[in-house]
Amino acid sequence: MREKIDLGAVYVPSEAIVAREIEGEVIIVPLTSGLADMEDDLYTLNETGKAIWKLLDGRNKAKDIVESLSREFDAGAGEIEEDVVGLLSELLTRKFIVAK
Amino acid sequence: MNDIYMKDQAREIKKYARKVRGGRAQLWNKKKPILTHLDLELTERCNNDCIHCYINLPAGDRDAMGRELSTREWQRLLEEAASLGCLSVRFTGGEPLLREDFEGIYVFARKLGLKAILYTNATLITHRLAELLARIPPLEKVEVSVYGLDKESCEAVTRVPGSFETAMNGIRFLEANGIPFVLKSAVLPPNRAEIERLQAWAVGKAKMDEPVSLAMFFYLRARRDSAEKNKWICGLRLRPDEGIALLSTDRKRYIAEMRGFFGGVVNLPGKRLFRCGAGTGSGCIDSYGRLQACLALRHPDTCYDTKTGNIKDAFINFFPKLREREATNTEHLSCCARCFLNALCEQCPAQSWMEHGTLDTPVDYFCDIAHAQARDLGLLAEGEKAWEVRDWKRRIETFRTGK
Repeated sequence: MREKIDLGAVYVPSEAIVAREIEGEVIIVPLTSGLADMEDDLYTLNETGKAIWKLLDGRNKAKDIVESLSREFDAGAGEIEEDVVGLLSELLTRKFIVAK
Repeated sequence: MNDIYMKDQAREIKKYARKVRGGRAQLWNKKKPILTHLDLELTERCNNDCIHCYINLPAGDRDAMGRELSTREWQRLLEEAASLGCLSVRFTGGEPLLREDFEGIYVFARKLGLKAILYTNATLITHRLAELLARIPPLEKVEVSVYGLDKESCEAVTRVPGSFETAMNGIRFLEANGIPFVLKSAVLPPNRAEIERLQAWAVGKAKMDEPVSLAMFFYLRARRDSAEKNKWICGLRLRPDEGIALLSTDRKRYIAEMRGFFGGVVNLPGKRLFRCGAGTGSGCIDSYGRLQACLALRHPDTCYDTKTGNIKDAFINFFPKLREREATNTEHLSCCARCFLNALCEQCPAQSWMEHGTLDTPVDYFCDIAHAQARDLGLLAEGEKAWEVRDWKRRIETFRTGK
């Protein structure tokens, strides 16, 4: 069951993971147990995922991320909101991010 | 709209992220980082005294202890490694758990986002450490050396009374905390009769789906510090025919593996000294801060001092220059340089260093093993020398296709 996202909330990377940027790839490495499906799982974000992840700066609300990406990318606001909510929901469900 | 976020079967967050299981090779869409893995030899000291060991010093060796890198020095190296893109480290030794600061170094590495392999004899695994590994998992399986199935055989190898029980206790702590591990062993006179039972026990214990990795063609002393120990190790080494018999116990699997092995590109090495990937993307930092192109190569000319330099310089400048070196030994040039078994043979600068103190002197033992393997596979006739064979490509193709 995926977690619901509050567009008015600020989400930040969880202390249970370590996010690393290596050669342009954002790689999420679980730190504590219970996050990965298997012990040796890592996660890499694609370009859309990276753009969203980089805006999780502790100040941006989810709706601010939608607005920022709408200005940056040539896509409808509805589609961008769907992408942002979709990724944040996945990340929240996996405990890679938490609500501040 | 399709579920673009998670597919239950493929288990992939399709639109934004990719899950990468296990192998690092899948990670890099673009350029690979200059460093992906490091072996960290936290200490050469060990609380066992295994009869075949290539590196061990006594646990209480104060001189060695005094020269070992400090906690802060290891942390600095870990930080630099992570900044260069390193994704995994292996803590090894000697026995890495002899370091009182091991837990701190381990957690530091994991908080940098490094995966960590622990290679240990398990005798110093405590309930507390196992709980830590459960709470902050290493993300790679712990590697445990086991030398016998009972006190008699195990301690005939380790030469430490009580080490069998403490090793089994350590393994029990891993099991109790759900820490995945693999078992490794060595084929030695005290345990040779147990090898099949050890394999079966390991499969049950560690739920391994591969056979236990068995060392049998032992390295000589990596520091060239004892002619007496070298003589002893030579006496423990299996004969080529004995080793091949063990390697090919599951004959069908062995042949399939060898066919796969020869399915890759096979070239004659020529003058180049390094036929492996040593110093490209991975290496080993010894207990005193010297960065080696691989775990075994400790020739002084081939090691980089991280106390006066940095890891990046080693991988960008020092190791590439090292890898340009060519063999000059005449026997190497007339034999090894022309040998189609070069990928099968363990001959390399590290072996030459351990056996002879040079980088390019052929090691007869490994040459004998490679030739025996080739004869067993039908690639060579009795008495043939691989470097004299002209139709080696045809022979490999015949073997590979089974025609």
